[in-house]
Amino acid sequence: MNPFSSGTRLRDMIRSIRACKTAAEERAVVRKECAAIRAAVSENDSDYRHRNLAKLMFIHMLGYPTHFGQMECLKLIASSGFPEKRIGYLGLMLLLDERQEVLMLVTNSLKQDLNHSNQYIIGLALCALGNICSAEMARDLAPEVERLLLSRDPNIKKKAALCSIRIVRKVPDMAENFMTAAVNLLKEKHHGVLIAGVQLCVDLCKASEEALEYLRKTCIEGSVRILRDLSNSPYAPEYDVSGITDPFLQIRLLRLMRILGHGDADSSEYMNDLLAQVSTKIESNKNSGNAILYECVETIMGIEATSGLRVLAINILGRFLSNRDNNIRYVALNMLMKAIAVDSQAVQRHRATILECVKDSDASIRKRALELISLLVNDTNVKSLMNELIEYLEVSDQDFKGDLSSKICSIVERFSPDKLWYIDQMLKVLSEAGNYIKDEVWHGLIVVISNALDLHGYTVRALYKAFQTSSEQESLVRVAVWCIGEYGDMLVNNGGMLNVEEPIIVTESDTVDIVDAALKHHSSDTTTQAMSLIALLKLSSRFPSCSERIKEIVNQQKGSFVLELQQRSIEFNSIIQRHHNIKSSLVERMPMLDEATYIEKRTASSQVTFPGKKTSHATHSGATLSLPNGISKTPSAPLVDLLDLSSDDAPQMSSSTNNFLHDLLGVGLDVPSTSAPANTDILMDLLSIGEPSIQKNLPSSTLSSQSILPNHVKARTQESTSNSMHVVDLLDGLSSSPISVEKNHDYPSITAFQSNSLKIEFGFSKQPENPQSTVIIATFTNLSSDAYTDFLFQAAVPKFIQLNLEPGSNNILPSNGIGTITQRLTVKNSQLGLKPLAMRLRIAYKVNNEDKLEQGQVSNFPPGL
Amino acid sequence: MGIRFILLVNKQGQTRLAQYYEYMTLEECRALEGEIVRKCLTRTDQQCSFVEHRNYKVVYRRYASLFFMVGVDNDENELAILEFIHLLVETMDRHFGNVCELDIMFHLEKAHFMLEEMVMNGCIVETSKANILHPIQLMDKAS
Repeated sequence: MNPFSSGTRLRDMIRSIRACKTAAEERAVVRKECAAIRAAVSENDSDYRHRNLAKLMFIHMLGYPTHFGQMECLKLIASSGFPEKRIGYLGLMLLLDERQEVLMLVTNSLKQDLNHSNQYIIGLALCALGNICSAEMARDLAPEVERLLLSRDPNIKKKAALCSIRIVRKVPDMAENFMTAAVNLLKEKHHGVLIAGVQLCVDLCKASEEALEYLRKTCIEGSVRILRDLSNSPYAPEYDVSGITDPFLQIRLLRLMRILGHGDADSSEYMNDLLAQVSTKIESNKNSGNAILYECVETIMGIEATSGLRVLAINILGRFLSNRDNNIRYVALNMLMKAIAVDSQAVQRHRATILECVKDSDASIRKRALELISLLVNDTNVKSLMNELIEYLEVSDQDFKGDLSSKICSIVERFSPDKLWYIDQMLKVLSEAGNYIKDEVWHGLIVVISNALDLHGYTVRALYKAFQTSSEQESLVRVAVWCIGEYGDMLVNNGGMLNVEEPIIVTESDTVDIVDAALKHHSSDTTTQAMSLIALLKLSSRFPSCSERIKEIVNQQKGSFVLELQQRSIEFNSIIQRHHNIKSSLVERMPMLDEATYIEKRTASSQVTFPGKKTSHATHSGATLSLPNGISKTPSAPLVDLLDLSSDDAPQMSSSTNNFLHDLLGVGLDVPSTSAPANTDILMDLLSIGEPSIQKNLPSSTLSSQSILPNHVKARTQESTSNSMHVVDLLDGLSSSPISVEKNHDYPSITAFQSNSLKIEFGFSKQPENPQSTVIIATFTNLSSDAYTDFLFQAAVPKFIQLNLEPGSNNILPSNGIGTITQRLTVKNSQLGLKPLAMRLRIAYKVNNEDKLEQGQVSNFPPGL
Repeated sequence: MGIRFILLVNKQGQTRLAQYYEYMTLEECRALEGEIVRKCLTRTDQQCSFVEHRNYKVVYRRYASLFFMVGVDNDENELAILEFIHLLVETMDRHFGNVCELDIMFHLEKAHFMLEEMVMNGCIVETSKANILHPIQLMDKAS
């Protein structure tokens, strides 16, 4: 009985599977078959074992699990008949792999078969071992393979050689065991043995330096001789491929020669003549000939060849490149990439042809050519090349635009001769492929724009024009919106005109239209919309005439389902409506973004987030966030307060954070702020409410635009920190009061503050175990005839003092001194004995629903606190 | 290692023969076959026979309704692989006599035996058609 043709049932199964119309039907058939096979397996049915396995192989090929057939393979391998063994081994290779424990069980059968008397059975075992051998098996069976390498039968020899490759790959230490055998293989005549032997040599070279040295000495002669014989050989029918004798062997030999000749002048010298002969003699009108030429060129590039030989090689590539066959052009492009390292001038000569290949209809060729072109760009040819590429970007396939545009961007960034050119090119790319470029590309563009002071006007006008035509390109829109927000005024008044430009007429409302369109465009995502909102906020101060309209637009977003937008809308609306006095300073232009830091960051990590770049080093410690009557955090550096203290010569700076805070929170104290307060504080608080992430300085905000504003803020915070340092110094100079060193002293109460309407007294106490801390009990007395409501007391201290403000006992202060409010403060003077306490106070309250604000400074603290 | 896998796929994208020389799970194989087949089948005759996929190349060639696809390492000689595909087809032709899709389907194990004689562990081991077919013919005679 023939197990392979007896498969009528196998044929039936295949037919019924082929007849299936749907995947579901196919699954049903397979399930039925699998069930039958499982049943046969459990009955240990040996008659149909091979047929079942053949079926399983088919089912496996279709992509169904067949693990239950694994043991059947082992049983077939263990049987004595050749056909059973044959299909068993085939099943083993297809259904199993080296990770399966079942392999442990097969090692023994393999060992027996490797020692079999029948050469075909040995061949089977070697083949299986070569395909699935694991490291353990390699160690166990290597002696058998070494022995078989010396066998007289060429069929066994060649398979043993390939088996050795697997063993060396799995256990590189064993390389030396095979070195002599490998060299001997090259003395054979049989092509199969030769090709296997050559491949073994290649792998040995890769496995160990030692083997490479040894083989360099011993097999360079052999391989050159074999190749010479092959290329001079007369017609050999059995190995002939369209007029060339065994191209496969020739190619392997060339590869081995490349490895041997690499970095070794003597060996290279030895090959020169032969390589020249091969590369001139081979006919290049057949694929097989070209395959050898291709390998030959690669070898010439890889070894220490003479310059004449290299010119020959580059010329072959030039010929390939102009070939009409796409396959040949593809390999030529591939090869030219490697040739650049050897002779870039020679490759430059083919630039025009390569550029044509970028525009090929074939994606594989385009991709290769684009890689190659990007290596060919230098300062002299960048402009013409970029013109070509950008022109092509307009007509290229959709799926190629991503690759192409990112390549263009990286080239433009690397080689741009000046900023104007850079911006021009980037705008062209954005207008054509704005939807395909990565975030860091347009982030980088914004950094450059921000630094090009004399190009702001030009850029914003160019973007305005580009937006008219390409409003669906997301990243173009983002850059445009950002620039309009920053430099919108230059759009209207044609500021910063360059000579090459023609003036355009844009009204303020046109500008707002643009941003409005970006905000509402259906394809705009949250980032774009959020950026649009910021731009609108900025415009509202640049264009007072459009302020009303902007307010409406911003208001519309109050109902946005996106939390980010809703929140921004509400915050911005509040700024526009209530805080005219601070708005202009709030929406000032961004300071120049630091290019160097940005580039550094970008190279440091590929996952660049735009925001971090400016003030990544700004170590600003959180400002005081004192909530109503001091449910406050203890600030480590009360920046805000220090600024307050510094306001001796600018008393109007007093209305500090909390009002705005309240307004934003909707507490609605509605303090008439008569002053222009330090905008840092407001910003800080605005942001600390809106975006807590900034306080913690988290760069991981999901929206990249989210942090554009904060940057700004941090930049300012930095400035103000340095200001405050002076303040501390000033204070130092002023207070040279004598220092008392008395301890455990009862300090007298003081009147910290007194006006016509309000008196504040401070009582002190100290814990002996903690001399730096002082507990202050503040007592508030109402001297007027009207009760105060919404009473709020706040205090601020210089940096070296820590202040902890506890809630007050009440927030209503009865009139005529009939009641008091007390509030407990804890101060900790870190410079005790060196500097005295100092404190500024601010008291807000309502009289008959009218807001009142009083403030003062306490400098009469008893000494020693 | 050179050759990573050999696939035979018909025009409809159904796999007719699959041989992998590096281990992949069944799911990975299916996914890979799907991706490659989609990529190759959409290409026209004028386009080159090489497709870059993940970190390797697929060299493919179409014979009537069958696509022969060979996944190779990036440094492999693509033209030589094309030649190898042709050799494989010629060998099958010599055995089956004008080979067609059905021959391969119904004699899957023989197709595998031929491949086994030609490629081992991702390396080409024999290029003579007579040598490749000799063991198979012996077996046919014996039965």
